[in-house]
Amino acid sequence: MSIITKIKRKQIEQLLEKDTRLDGRGLLEHREMKLEQGLIERAEGSARVLLGKTEVVVGIKVEMGKPFSDTPNEGVLTVNAELVPFASPDYEPGPPDENSIELARVVDRGIRESKMIDTEKLVIEPGKNVFIVFVDVYVLNYDGNLIDASALAAVAALSNTKMSKYEIEEGEVKIRSGYEQLPLKKHPITVTCAKIGNKLIVDPWVEEERVADARISFAIDEDDNICAIQKGGRGYFEPSQVFEAAKIAKEKAKELRKKLNW
Amino acid sequence: MNEKPEKLIDKKGLRLDGRKPDELRPLKMEVGVISNANGSAYIEWGKNKIIAAVYGPREVHPKHLALQDRTVLKCRYHMASFSVQERKSPAPSRREIELSKVIRESLEPAIFMEYYPRTMIDVTIEVLQADGGTRCAGITAAALALADSGIPMRDLVAACAAGKIDNTVVLDLFDTEDKAGSADVPVAMMPNLNAVTLLQMDGILTHEEFEKAVNMAMAGCKTVYAIQKEALKTKYVTTKGEEESKEEEAEE
Repeated sequence: MSIITKIKRKQIEQLLEKDTRLDGRGLLEHREMKLEQGLIERAEGSARVLLGKTEVVVGIKVEMGKPFSDTPNEGVLTVNAELVPFASPDYEPGPPDENSIELARVVDRGIRESKMIDTEKLVIEPGKNVFIVFVDVYVLNYDGNLIDASALAAVAALSNTKMSKYEIEEGEVKIRSGYEQLPLKKHPITVTCAKIGNKLIVDPWVEEERVADARISFAIDEDDNICAIQKGGRGYFEPSQVFEAAKIAKEKAKELRKKLNW
Repeated sequence: MNEKPEKLIDKKGLRLDGRKPDELRPLKMEVGVISNANGSAYIEWGKNKIIAAVYGPREVHPKHLALQDRTVLKCRYHMASFSVQERKSPAPSRREIELSKVIRESLEPAIFMEYYPRTMIDVTIEVLQADGGTRCAGITAAALALADSGIPMRDLVAACAAGKIDNTVVLDLFDTEDKAGSADVPVAMMPNLNAVTLLQMDGILTHEEFEKAVNMAMAGCKTVYAIQKEALKTKYVTTKGEEESKEEEAEE
C-alpha cells in the first residue's frame, strides 16, 4: 500500500467510526443511480447505468446459432465485459484480463442462476438452431462498484431486448417482420458490500475500493432468494460478517427493486 | 453422455455415492511430492486428484510487477486436458482465469506478504482428475504446499463446499450432484482465525438455506484442516524422527 493510500485508509476508517463516508453518504447508502434504456438503436437491447460517476453501457445482440451439445433444448447466454481504456488511467488496451473476466462471469452468474431468461423459449429447432443472447458490458468510466452497475445495466438491457419473429418454411428459418420481447422470468439485483476494518458499506466508490480489505456481492431475485455470490479482494470476512452482508444485500435489493419497479 | 439421475438422495437419506448429507468424501493428502519445488502437496479428494506446488519467494518476472512493500503472489489453477470426460483444451479458459484469481485471494490473507518485498511467490495448481469441488481441493493442497515451502503463514487455509440437492443442504458435492443439484457454495477459511477467505455461490438458496450451507461448509473446512495438519506432521515428524535417530547413532 502506498503512503497516500495508508493515509486515505485511516481517514476513511475514522469517518466510518462516525457512521459517515468521504462523500458524505451513510454506510448503507447507494450513490445516485440513473438508468436509461434503448439508447443504442442497432442493438436488440441496451441500457446505460450511472452509479455516481461509474458509467456502464450494456448492449444485447441476439443471433441464431447452435446450442451446446449438453443442452440441446435451451438457448445460449454469453456475457463479455470490456474495460474500455479511457474508463480509468489504470486501464490498458489488450485482451481481457482477470478483472474483466471476473466481472463478466459474476454478471453472467446472476443472470444464469436466477433463470432470468427463459432459455427454453429460445429454441428454434432442438439441438440444431437456437437464439444466442450476447450480453456485452462496456465500462465507460470507472468510479468503483463495477459489479453492481454492470449487473443492473445488463438486466435493464435484457428487459429492453426485442428479437425478430421467425417462421420455418420447408425446413428453412425465415425472418418475418416485427419483433417480440425476449422471454424473461426474473429480474435479479446485485448488491456489493465492501469491508473496511470491521465495517461493512454498500456501493463502494473508487477511493473506498482501493483501501477496502475485501468485497462480497450477492445477486438476489424477487423472491428474496440468493442466486449468486462472489467474494473478492485480498482480505477476509468473519462468518458473522458474511451473514450480515447477506442481510444487507437482501434489504438493499428490495429497496432498489421498489425504486426500479422490477 | 450420462443421463441426469432422477433422485440424488434415496429413501434412506443416502446420496448416490452412499454418503450421508453431512459426510465428506474420502480424503488423502501428501506433502512434498515435487522434488524441484520449494513446497508441494498432492491431494485425493474423492476422485479428484490434484497437485499443488510453490516456487519462491524468488525474483519477480516481469520486473515491473515488483512491489516495494510486499511480495507478489501469483496463482495458476489449471485443469489437465484429460481431467474431464470430454477433452479440455489446455489453453486457460475464462473459468480457470477467474478461479486462479479467487484462489489467489483465498490464500493471500494467510501469508505474511510484507516479509518478502520485491519478490514473487508462484503457486501452481494442476488438476489431474476432476470430480467436482476442484477449487476447494486445489486451495487445500496449495495451502499445504505453501506451508511445506516454509513461507511464514498466519494459519493454514482449508476449503470445502456445501450445496443443495433434492431440496436438502448437503456437504461436499461431487460432479453429478454439482451438475444436477440446485446450488453450490464453495468456502475457504483460516480455521484458527475464523476468517472466510473465499466464498462463492451459484444456484438458488433462501437466506436460511444459505446460512445452513455456509455453516456446514465451515464445519467441513475444520475436518479438512485436521487432515491437513496430519499430512504435514507425517512429513515433518518423520523427518525429525529420522534426524534424531541419526544423531543418536553418531553419538554412539
